[in-house]
Amino acid sequence: MSEPALLGWSRWRRAWWFHAMYYAQTWRGSVVSSVLLPLGYLGALGVGVGHLVAKHTGLVDGQTYLHFIAPSLLATTAFQLGEGESLWPVLAAVKWTRSYHAAVTTPLEPRDVLVGKLAWVATRAIAIGVFYTLIIAAVGAARSWWVLTLPLLSALVSLAFAAPLVAYAAHVDSDLSFPLIYRFGFVPMFLFSATFYPVSAYPGWLRPVVQFVPLYHGVALIRAACLGGSLAPALAHLAVLAVLAGGGFAWGQVTLRRRLID
Amino acid sequence: MSTSSDSVPVVRARGVTKRFGEFEAVRGVDFAIAPGESFGFLGPNGAGKTSTMRMVSAVSTPTSGSLTIFGLDPAIHGPEIRGRLGVVPQEDTFDLDLSLRLNLEMFGRYYDLPRTTIRERTTELLEFAHLSDRAEDKVDNLSGGMKRRLTIARALINRPELLILDEPTTGLDPQARHLLWERLYRLKRDGVTLIITTHYMDEAEQLCDRLVVMDHGRIVAEGAPRQLIADHASREVLELRLGSEHHDEVADQLGSFAERLEVLPDRVLLYVDSADDTLARLHQAGWRPERTLQRRSSLEDVFLRLTGRTLEE
Repeated sequence: MSEPALLGWSRWRRAWWFHAMYYAQTWRGSVVSSVLLPLGYLGALGVGVGHLVAKHTGLVDGQTYLHFIAPSLLATTAFQLGEGESLWPVLAAVKWTRSYHAAVTTPLEPRDVLVGKLAWVATRAIAIGVFYTLIIAAVGAARSWWVLTLPLLSALVSLAFAAPLVAYAAHVDSDLSFPLIYRFGFVPMFLFSATFYPVSAYPGWLRPVVQFVPLYHGVALIRAACLGGSLAPALAHLAVLAVLAGGGFAWGQVTLRRRLID
Repeated sequence: MSTSSDSVPVVRARGVTKRFGEFEAVRGVDFAIAPGESFGFLGPNGAGKTSTMRMVSAVSTPTSGSLTIFGLDPAIHGPEIRGRLGVVPQEDTFDLDLSLRLNLEMFGRYYDLPRTTIRERTTELLEFAHLSDRAEDKVDNLSGGMKRRLTIARALINRPELLILDEPTTGLDPQARHLLWERLYRLKRDGVTLIITTHYMDEAEQLCDRLVVMDHGRIVAEGAPRQLIADHASREVLELRLGSEHHDEVADQLGSFAERLEVLPDRVLLYVDSADDTLARLHQAGWRPERTLQRRSSLEDVFLRLTGRTLEE
């Protein structure tokens, strides 16, 4: 019956299993958002707009337009996975269905619930990363051996958003702020993180603002891994994402604990 | 199944408090629950029952005092303790999009049970809850009573030694309540220790070997239901509705007819040895109450005596 204390570290896997089981029941909708939609963008923008770009300006940052935006689509898909798993689903679990409250009446601790959740987000992000690595290679945008790290970078980008957003959702009492976060946070971030055109296309005064946006670092990091580039900026992007993920995780431990057991 | 009273208590609390900021929800409670016992917490909303349950479930930790569950300290052995008990929370906490079966199986995972065990027990527990024919339905489609039964079934997936039920039958119709009680008797017979909170006196009288009455975060009485009634109430109660008159004003005049009397907004309760005799004497004295009710004393009367409030307040 009793379990050795040392094995406690692996309890989060039981929470991970819950998400896997749940996903096995409900995966169909995610194919549209994680696969078909980004591929549609890649076709419409990469080929369609790419044709126009080639006619007028030639290359973007030394790349064809298709090669320029292929990495962006992995970054934005990883970002959308991270935020999509985090706001409403977490508030539902702590407030409406209270399924996290049920979980902490079992041997699971709030920390296990949090790690299980984030591990599940990372799992899906890695799967998406593998899939996009193949797409990126297929369209000829894999110019560096660093593409092999894309699945892990995809997980990092997802966690950089999921971790703080899970923490926030576990903290708030209602979902009133969520639509605002979407409208004024996520949508502009999706469009203006040097996703569809390079940062050099912005007026000079706006560039620091763009570089302040978290997703910009995800896009830039993944683009560098595909197309190559110098190491120092890549490490800076990596650090920003790691701080977001780590800080979010620390905050989430506090908010989830407060929500579930006090 | 016999349990010796000298064995280690399943739960022992000494001077346990729980504070939320400025608010002290539980203000120093002491109790010990023996293996196999059905132990009740009776009290109105806000008495501190749920906070006490959450501590006894090893979910929240006491602010001060000492608490042991299975002889272990929940602050250190929380996961181990929770692995040996089952919790039926006040509100149902299911994943509504998943089937009944998956909800139970997923819970079995939380206890790290082997898959074959989970599958066997899920089938068995759906049977126990009278829900086998709904196994593949979404939980969302169940009635309130069915969800409560499923909650109890889920709480049994790890074969707990201690089952903690917080207001298990609130909101259920009488038939659903009786079905639930019957399931709880079966568990009790199998030697499971039960802790039950309720604000229904009949439930407490039916299910509990022993109970405590809580009010404002404190335990104000403890004992077997019949003993509490004997100690704190008369044998019978005569309830009078006097119509248009103000109950307060007549209280003085009625005082001589009863051992004790309680004036409620809509009626007066006379605590007496024989309600029949008292009613006859009232009639002789010229009283003509609009309606009368004669009954045996209940835990409700004990509660009223101890706290000055009715349970519904």
